[in-house]
Amino acid sequence: MDELLVVEGLRKFFATSRGIVRAVQDVSFAIRPGETFGLVGESGSGKSTVAYTVMGMYRPSGGRILFRGQDITMPHARRPLALKKELQIVFQDPGSSLNPRRSIREILELPLRVHRLVDGRRLRERVEELLNIVELPPDYAEKYPRALGGGEKQMVAIARALATEPSLLVLDEPTSALDVSIQAKIINTLVRIQKERHLGYLFITHDLSLMRNIAHRVAIMYLGRIMELAPAQVFFERPLHPYTQMLLSSIPVISEEEERLKPAKIVSTGEIPSPVNLPPGCVFHPRCREAWEVCRREEPGMREVEVGHLVRCHLYGA
Amino acid sequence: MQDVLLDVQNLVVHFRVYGGYLKVLDGVTLQVRRQERVGLVGETGCGKTTTMKTIMGILPKPPGVVRGGRILFKGRDVLSMRPQELEHLRRSGISMIFQDPTAALNPVFTVGEQLEDAIRYALGRRDHASVREVALSALQSVALPDPPRILESYPVQLSGGMRQRVCIALALAYPKELLIADEPGTSLDVTIQDQILRLIHRLAEERKMAVILISHSLGVIREWTERVYVMYAGTIVEEAKTGELFARPLHPYTGALMRCVPKLTGTGIAEGIPGRIPDYFDPPAGCRFHPRCPHCMDICRQRKPQLFPVDENHRVACFLFGRNSRG
Repeated sequence: MDELLVVEGLRKFFATSRGIVRAVQDVSFAIRPGETFGLVGESGSGKSTVAYTVMGMYRPSGGRILFRGQDITMPHARRPLALKKELQIVFQDPGSSLNPRRSIREILELPLRVHRLVDGRRLRERVEELLNIVELPPDYAEKYPRALGGGEKQMVAIARALATEPSLLVLDEPTSALDVSIQAKIINTLVRIQKERHLGYLFITHDLSLMRNIAHRVAIMYLGRIMELAPAQVFFERPLHPYTQMLLSSIPVISEEEERLKPAKIVSTGEIPSPVNLPPGCVFHPRCREAWEVCRREEPGMREVEVGHLVRCHLYGA
Repeated sequence: MQDVLLDVQNLVVHFRVYGGYLKVLDGVTLQVRRQERVGLVGETGCGKTTTMKTIMGILPKPPGVVRGGRILFKGRDVLSMRPQELEHLRRSGISMIFQDPTAALNPVFTVGEQLEDAIRYALGRRDHASVREVALSALQSVALPDPPRILESYPVQLSGGMRQRVCIALALAYPKELLIADEPGTSLDVTIQDQILRLIHRLAEERKMAVILISHSLGVIREWTERVYVMYAGTIVEEAKTGELFARPLHPYTGALMRCVPKLTGTGIAEGIPGRIPDYFDPPAGCRFHPRCPHCMDICRQRKPQLFPVDENHRVACFLFGRNSRG
């Protein structure tokens, strides 16, 4: 049982006035300690829904979530405090995830108090330690979020997530709202923290180039399903799914070396259909240049085509 | 220099705030030739959008104040134009599209109402049938499926990519000589961004139109422009042919920025650029990048470097290159 988190056949549906939104359908993956598992996809692919369901913010419509072998498929309110301590999340927009009326000290003390992690006399010291982990000077404790830059706010959000010494961190587009020069610092800090603490990361981003540099394994989602899952190097060097290929060939890159890594230019066509009204068969078929008759009729299952490389596509059928 | 369409010289723009001025643009100089695709790249808050709004004559004044410089469009000074002349400029000279197509469209009118309004304004034509015809062909030209249905739709009924296509149709319903595209794909998914940039490229070629593409993404700039200006803290720090810039970035800022971009080759990510963008209330003297620059010399703290030609296709505002820039 060396897996930290196991997600099995996860489903999450939302009832809306226009019908049922199948946001997540049959999603399975596992994360090991010290591993960064990347979830990529375009908007509406369901990647954040997966993250929020893992965190217990949504109750799954089906499937199971196991943490260190223990079933945690229950809503957040019913999860034991000791478990909540183990799973923490960092959101995309630090501007709205930090309370503007609390000082950084109060923000960082809150999880320490809730989980009764240190006694009163050590609170001050621990806040300084947390700031130190994310490379912020100790006098930042007295500041308020508005006095901080976007990157610094996100560092505070990371420090807050680390306060309970979790073993799994969910990172939901943690640098998407930031400039690359600031992103670089945050990513490097996250990588260092992971090495020091052997943390598991569920890293969500739409930025494939960033994913290449941080994830050990990558899964790509489209309309609620994982379409392909592989070790990062394999995923980027031998992508199999036509969707993965289309997405990779659409990324603007900055050097010839990268250009050579991209699949031959596949002109992207069409848009993501509404998740209320999913196409029959393979959900990607209306945009797929390889689609043939069976794709319009039957939804392909997930197949392991080589060790650790899974793909959901009729092209790789038995 | 007869083929120069837009010539911005030493533009200085400040913003009045409580207790003083934000000294945002500190001498921006750039040119766009006819039918040229020019990129303007820089990080959040470097003044890309302020520069373009000033060119378009839509800089809010106050708080904006143009302190110096000239903007010549086809040789005529935009800054001294009267309101009617500015209107004429936006009607038939320059158009702009913005990052967020949702904010650029009015949610309570249909696409048709907004598009037909723009066409009536541009053409001065009132005859309903012909306005509708122009509207339909404008939607067709941006490859929107089923134009009659789109005309009847409200923006909320369209996807983000479709809304941006509508914005492009609005901007280009009447022929223009220059299109300013301010982060046109940034709020969209990468496959949709690719489609939008391809559309802009095609329209520019078909209509023999120049484009200024503003982006914070070096990848987008590399793929879609011929010449690039790199902007940092209200100044142009480097200018080069696109291929040349990416092969040989000279300014320490440009190089550092390129190292921060995650590469598809997976070679890791550089440490980032230390410090942060200066406070415009009290910007650093001399080169505005000097407090963050690993090569900073005495002169950099005292004098502002001018753009200095390294060769025919490459200019850089840095004292590491060339004596002229000390002048």
